[in-house]
Amino acid sequence: MMTARATSASGSFRQAWTIQLRVIWALLLRESLTRYGRHNIGFLWLFVEPMLFTLGVTAIWSALKSVHGSSLPIVAFAITGYSSVLLWRNMPSRCVGALEPNLSLLYHRNVKVLDIFISRLLLEAAGATISFVALSVFFMGIGWLSPPEDVLQVAGGWCMIAWFGASLAVLLGAWSEESELVEKLWHPLAYLLFPLSGAGFLVDVLPTKAQEMVLLLPMVHGVEYVREGYFGSQITAHYNMAYMAAWNFALTWFALLMARKVGRTVVPQ
Amino acid sequence: MIRLVDIRKSYTTRVGAVSVLDGVNLTVEPGERIGILGRNGAGKSTLIRLISGAELPTAGVVERGMSVSWPLAFGGAFQGSLTGFDNLRFICRIYGVDPAEHEAFVSDFSELGIYLNEPVKSYSSGMRARLAFAISMVIEFDCFLIDEIIAVGDSTFHGKCMVELFEKRADRAKIIVSHHTNYIRQHCTRAAVLSGGKLHHYENLEEAFAFYAEAPAPALQAA
Repeated sequence: MMTARATSASGSFRQAWTIQLRVIWALLLRESLTRYGRHNIGFLWLFVEPMLFTLGVTAIWSALKSVHGSSLPIVAFAITGYSSVLLWRNMPSRCVGALEPNLSLLYHRNVKVLDIFISRLLLEAAGATISFVALSVFFMGIGWLSPPEDVLQVAGGWCMIAWFGASLAVLLGAWSEESELVEKLWHPLAYLLFPLSGAGFLVDVLPTKAQEMVLLLPMVHGVEYVREGYFGSQITAHYNMAYMAAWNFALTWFALLMARKVGRTVVPQ
Repeated sequence: MIRLVDIRKSYTTRVGAVSVLDGVNLTVEPGERIGILGRNGAGKSTLIRLISGAELPTAGVVERGMSVSWPLAFGGAFQGSLTGFDNLRFICRIYGVDPAEHEAFVSDFSELGIYLNEPVKSYSSGMRARLAFAISMVIEFDCFLIDEIIAVGDSTFHGKCMVELFEKRADRAKIIVSHHTNYIRQHCTRAAVLSGGKLHHYENLEEAFAFYAEAPAPALQAA
């Protein structure tokens, strides 16, 4: 009869870790059921939705014969570029205002503010990654895209963009609980950053002055790094991964501080 | 044992910080049933949330030497678009309990039948209360926190809840928050009154009730 009794709050680090994994897994399943349900293709929407976005943008860019200043095929260009945007931009969008509808979950002591964000981030990262890989494989299959020259570099760059997106997401998500301005300002900011983020151009084709400006944005370095991994010798990439890592560390630091601050003052409803 | 030492809690309002709890001390031994009386706005629910660990105190220490439930009267963190069973599974996963073992109990106890496979947003408030209570009984705790549970369902269902909580789980500690003295008299071995941000302890129930009758309503204006 006592077997189902919940463990007491005091416990070792290992125990705490097990509980946190359990909670994040439960939140993840709940979130995917809430978002995608059991109707039609269900949780396949997780990556079908970003795939549709990327395919749409690829089609438009191809139709407009988008000038991106290189000999790369437009499909290759759009898939690497737009997938990266989806990766870093959707994570903050899913986390801004994420606490408000989930405040009642905090009645369960083991559910922490950070868990709610992490479960959403994992879903978002999984969706963008599966979409990126599936589209790459598909276009390689029909011969419109050559396999990446350095798969590890692509994966490394992808992880850096994911890290950037995740830390920005937690920072903005927690901050949005403190100030409504965050939600109001994030949407225009995300929209305006898109053309500057390196998705639609190669840094190399810009004038030197513009290159310096655009390379202040951390995600540009990640996109360039991914493209170099993909196309290698065909392009000249401009990046400084140490600069991007410094941004990521700083964002992570502030994100965790903000999440802790909110976690201390938040009132479950 | 649960121990609250010198708990303080204040909230920020538009006119500055307002102190709700101002040095609350409480010790709960295993199996003890404690009633906490207080008028609306005295800080009862805040106190319950602090004991459960859902919220953190501004100052002071909460020691939980035994497992403590979430505040029971509350809806159980339901997601409206998910079904009753989905919500059961979610709570089970959080507490590391196998949901499959408990589906039959929840179905039987809540008497919700086919509705357990429907979204919770289609439930009436009475149906939600049934589901919430049934799920609460799936996870076992050493101490249950009960926040105004009187409102659960019709009288038959209410009776079933009382059996489940006070007869089958008679050995567990309970902290019951209410403004009904009768309810406390029926279920508690000792009582305390929350008033003016302090918790006033009484060994004798009737003494607590007498003090509660005299206690002034909390001033909700900023000082």
